[in-house]
Amino acid sequence: MSGRQIMSADELRRATVRISHEIVEKQAGTNGLLLVGIQRRGVPLAHRIAAAIAEHESAQIPVGALDITFYRDDLSLVAQQPVVKGTSLPFDINGKTVVLVDDVLYTGRTIRAALDALMDFGRPSVVRLAVLVDRGHRELPIRADHVGKNVPTSREESVRVHLVEVDGEDSVEIERMADLAGGAPAA
Amino acid sequence: MTAGQPPGPPAVPEEQGVGVSVAVPSVDAAPHSQPVAWRHRHLLDVDVLSADETELVMRTTDAMREVLGRPIAKVPALRGTNVTILFYEASTRTRVSFEVAAKNLSADVVNIATATSSVVKGESFLDTLRTIEALGAGMLVLRHAHSGAPYLAAEHFGGSVLNGGDGWHAHPTQAILDLYTMRRRLPGGTVAGRKVVILGDALHSRVARSNIWSLTAAGADLWVCGPATLVRGLEAWAGSGVGPASRRFTVTSDVNAALRDADVVMALRLQQERMSGGLLPSLREYSARFGLTRERLALARPGALVMHPGPINEGVEIAPDVAEGIQSVITEQVANGVAVRMALLYLLAGVRGPR
Repeated sequence: MSGRQIMSADELRRATVRISHEIVEKQAGTNGLLLVGIQRRGVPLAHRIAAAIAEHESAQIPVGALDITFYRDDLSLVAQQPVVKGTSLPFDINGKTVVLVDDVLYTGRTIRAALDALMDFGRPSVVRLAVLVDRGHRELPIRADHVGKNVPTSREESVRVHLVEVDGEDSVEIERMADLAGGAPAA
Repeated sequence: MTAGQPPGPPAVPEEQGVGVSVAVPSVDAAPHSQPVAWRHRHLLDVDVLSADETELVMRTTDAMREVLGRPIAKVPALRGTNVTILFYEASTRTRVSFEVAAKNLSADVVNIATATSSVVKGESFLDTLRTIEALGAGMLVLRHAHSGAPYLAAEHFGGSVLNGGDGWHAHPTQAILDLYTMRRRLPGGTVAGRKVVILGDALHSRVARSNIWSLTAAGADLWVCGPATLVRGLEAWAGSGVGPASRRFTVTSDVNAALRDADVVMALRLQQERMSGGLLPSLREYSARFGLTRERLALARPGALVMHPGPINEGVEIAPDVAEGIQSVITEQVANGVAVRMALLYLLAGVRGPR
């Protein structure tokens, strides 16, 4: 923990719960709703949103995981192939409302890749996007439908989401790139 | 290099490193274990793969299997990459498997059958390589009758070289798909401590040599069994100095001892095209003494896996009812081969050499 905290565990929890309400409100219910987390931290977030919906709507929303590694547009630029974490969409997405879930929305390239990957599985009627943090600096015409927190950042900064399921704690931090030395890749 | 020479390990291009690769030390002691980095530009044999790297290949293959199960089994990971498949020897499954694998990754695939290429006009091997590279090939899948040819290619080709089988020497993708198939099928998901028998013509078999490497490295109790004329020198291959010191490896002509309590029996094709004569009294005698029949298979553990790298000489090294029996995973080997080759193409494409 070297960066400046911008979301505490409590704030993170409230934001997740609020997003879960927004998703249900926008869908006017839970019919035809699917949650798809983007590897890696989007997956536990999607499960948390599903759990929150289960609590206040008594409805079980199916949750899938999407690995976008093979769809990245920078494979020829990165020095080494990213490790694949795996895709699991154990349901039919045709005609459904798919809510993509990710931790940080930045350039939009991950979401572009996720849309490409999703379309290879079928034709959802609607795709929406929920993110915990929107840090700006989009490079593609993509926006989020549900945002936990909008955080103005500079490109020299890195936003790092920590989740209990992956990192052993819940928090969101922001730090200067220069302070970064190894560790998890910046989102 | 002469065809059919007993292959010593050929000289290795420098960046591959010689001998056992040491697992990349976890210098980045991040709180959450960082996956091992893939550092090979070429795949010439399995002997350069560390345990961690093998693990990475297995995990990436899992991901590729998931891709193969999709409604559209195609991802854009190698879009814009030219994969040229150059085979100087006959092949169906390996060539098609590589082609399907490359196409599933959206690569552009060029197939060259040397029988219809300028090779028959006398073009030299290196000239062919230069031509292929000038035509834009980024990855070269090579099969050659001469042991070591891919090593020569790796020294001269600017992109990645994948060995699709060289002479008697190595067939790394086959060994990796065999390991993957065993790990998926064996209880506990590991070959460590399992008795694996390679049965048949090991002398002429690059599949056997690569498998000896990867299976002993993975901790299997490996037996190679065949007529004395077809297993001679294999002990020396296993003991050629670059393997794990503690590996278990037995070479025998006693088929009953070999098969007893085996967990996996891999029959090898009798390579009649590489027989220079005098190695076997007759096919019938070979089949009677070393063919994998139902009776012989009964010596192995119940449910032991039956494997064969193909193509099969039915009724010679394996009985048809065994090859198609309930214990056979031969078609699974073929299916896993595509996923394994996708994984390797993907990993190798991430490592570029100086051009």
